[in-house]
Amino acid sequence: MAFVNSIGRWLKSHFVVIAGLFTLGYLLLPNVVVTVFSFNKPKGRFNYAWQQFSTDAWRDPCGVADLCGSLSLSLRIAFWATIGATVLGTMIAFALVRYRFRARGAVNSLIFLPMAMPEVVMAASLLTLFLNLGAQLGFWTILIAHVMFCLSFVVVAVKARVMSMDPRLEEAARDLYAGPVQTFVRVTLPIVAPGIAAGALLAFALSFDDFIITNFTAGSTVTFPMFVWGSAQRGTPVQINVIGTAMFLIAVLFVLTGMVIGNRRNRQKSA
Amino acid sequence: MTSTDHGGDVRLSGISKTYGSFTAVHPLDLTVPQGSFFALLGASGCGKTTTLRMIAGLEEPSSGTVFLGDQEVTNLPPYKRPVNTVFQSYALFPHLDIFENVAFGLRRRGIKSVKKQVEDMLELVQLGEQARKKPHQLSGGQQQRVAVARALINTPRVLLLDEPLGALDLKLRRQMQLELKRIQTEVGITFVHVTHDQEEAMTMADTVAVMNAGRVEQLGSPADLYENPHTTFVANFLGTSNLIEAEVDARSGDEIVLRAGGGKLLLPEARCSAPTRTGGKVLVGVRPEKISLTHADDAGDIPAGRNRITGKIAATSFIGVSTQYVIDSPVCPEFEVYVQNIDRDARLAPGAEVVLHWNPAHTFGLDADQDIEAGVGTVDEEAAV
Repeated sequence: MAFVNSIGRWLKSHFVVIAGLFTLGYLLLPNVVVTVFSFNKPKGRFNYAWQQFSTDAWRDPCGVADLCGSLSLSLRIAFWATIGATVLGTMIAFALVRYRFRARGAVNSLIFLPMAMPEVVMAASLLTLFLNLGAQLGFWTILIAHVMFCLSFVVVAVKARVMSMDPRLEEAARDLYAGPVQTFVRVTLPIVAPGIAAGALLAFALSFDDFIITNFTAGSTVTFPMFVWGSAQRGTPVQINVIGTAMFLIAVLFVLTGMVIGNRRNRQKSA
Repeated sequence: MTSTDHGGDVRLSGISKTYGSFTAVHPLDLTVPQGSFFALLGASGCGKTTTLRMIAGLEEPSSGTVFLGDQEVTNLPPYKRPVNTVFQSYALFPHLDIFENVAFGLRRRGIKSVKKQVEDMLELVQLGEQARKKPHQLSGGQQQRVAVARALINTPRVLLLDEPLGALDLKLRRQMQLELKRIQTEVGITFVHVTHDQEEAMTMADTVAVMNAGRVEQLGSPADLYENPHTTFVANFLGTSNLIEAEVDARSGDEIVLRAGGGKLLLPEARCSAPTRTGGKVLVGVRPEKISLTHADDAGDIPAGRNRITGKIAATSFIGVSTQYVIDSPVCPEFEVYVQNIDRDARLAPGAEVVLHWNPAHTFGLDADQDIEAGVGTVDEEAAV
């Protein structure tokens, strides 16, 4: 009885930790599966059953035809879509917070439309639009579509940051001999930067793995998500898992580096 | 950028600010002489901060001109004015450390070697140790000193302070008042200080302008404003005043004889800011601490020539250094009297009949056409925190 009681007490005092670990496991399990199967050596064309350990795929990630081409295309699109959406979105966010203009309220709510609209519907309408314009489907149509749907996310992230910024800070900068450009570069931008960075990261992630809109607007061009989808019909090369794992590791590395830098800075400050 | 003879004068002429149909500041003329500590005092919304922001260039005047010394700056943007501001919430740059905050103005003017100057300035405000901390790691008082240092390091011709002590607790505020006064004497820069705290304005400033509803009600030295207010707003906003409605009876030499509730009161003509026609009305004022209180039984001992009022003690409160009495008198239902606790008369308890008397020289006269309650209670709720 005492034994059961002590277990109960232990569970009670560690409940948060246990729940947290379960949640973390739930979140990470898919990544673990992807990683494990990147070391598989499947018998057929499908990488669905574990056969034996091998690093073949890691040693030759571009070994599958068109894989690395599609990956590089996706990265290029994500890069330019991020730049486009971040620049435009940041400017829109500033305009919405700082200026009073006609239809400001309407713009404020319309900017959320791409977030609320079902992606398939949007994709189909975009295709209609592009076809009617006689546009050549490919890199540019994909890019235009990606900038469009990333925009609202950037606006939301940056707007929150701009709104929480004390307007007196800019007044103080102007009072201390900083002209409009200096004020923006030295005070406004650094303070809003975390919001812009968050918006940019979100835009990159959204653009990189978008499938639905891309599929409609790509024409004969093949991005990485489209390549994965396409190959899944015929067989899944292990290299897909390798790319996935690599992306995951790079992202984790980024986060860890950020944390280490942040911690070191904090420690220096308090020292 | 350094201060020269009259370079630190601030001259506002006909300056006003309107927002749509609301007038924040009515056309205003004001001269702040070089090297003085000038306070703009008033309740919130009286236009004092707007006036300050127009000097800084953060607000564009609807009319009028701003001069700094001989230079007209009305249309100059804030970053081209040799003026710096200490903001109400300090507005320290959160992404820069204390050193960089203080160095900001110097760097923007293209000065390369700032280290020595910044270190000296941080020493002046006793923050040398904190140079590499971020603003949020400092206490309110320290942040306030950083804000002062960040402005002062530029040796502006005029330093503008917008309620700089509002966020500090009472004890720290007292300390910072003396500190700011010391710094001002040391650097000799013109300070224009905006506050709603009458005590703060009186302790720190050489000259105080009392503002109300977008106008300067009265301008003068703290003692002058206190002893000789010209409007009921000033009389009530700065300290406490007892105001009695009276009728002009006659004149005798330099004094006006007034009738109030059957009694007679004397008022030096020089201390009356109202027109005094015989038979006309005047508000008679006297500060609570100028009044002596004598029990009605001893009324015979009161020297002749003093203004007298009879009444009954309604309430007393013992404050330590003084006792405050509220007297119910026929001329004024709540007459306040502060008596020093030197020799306390035990008979002066609620209900006792008393005679209030004071030297006529302490009486002041105001125009009876004003709101007798103007300025009452607008100060104390905030000042008492």
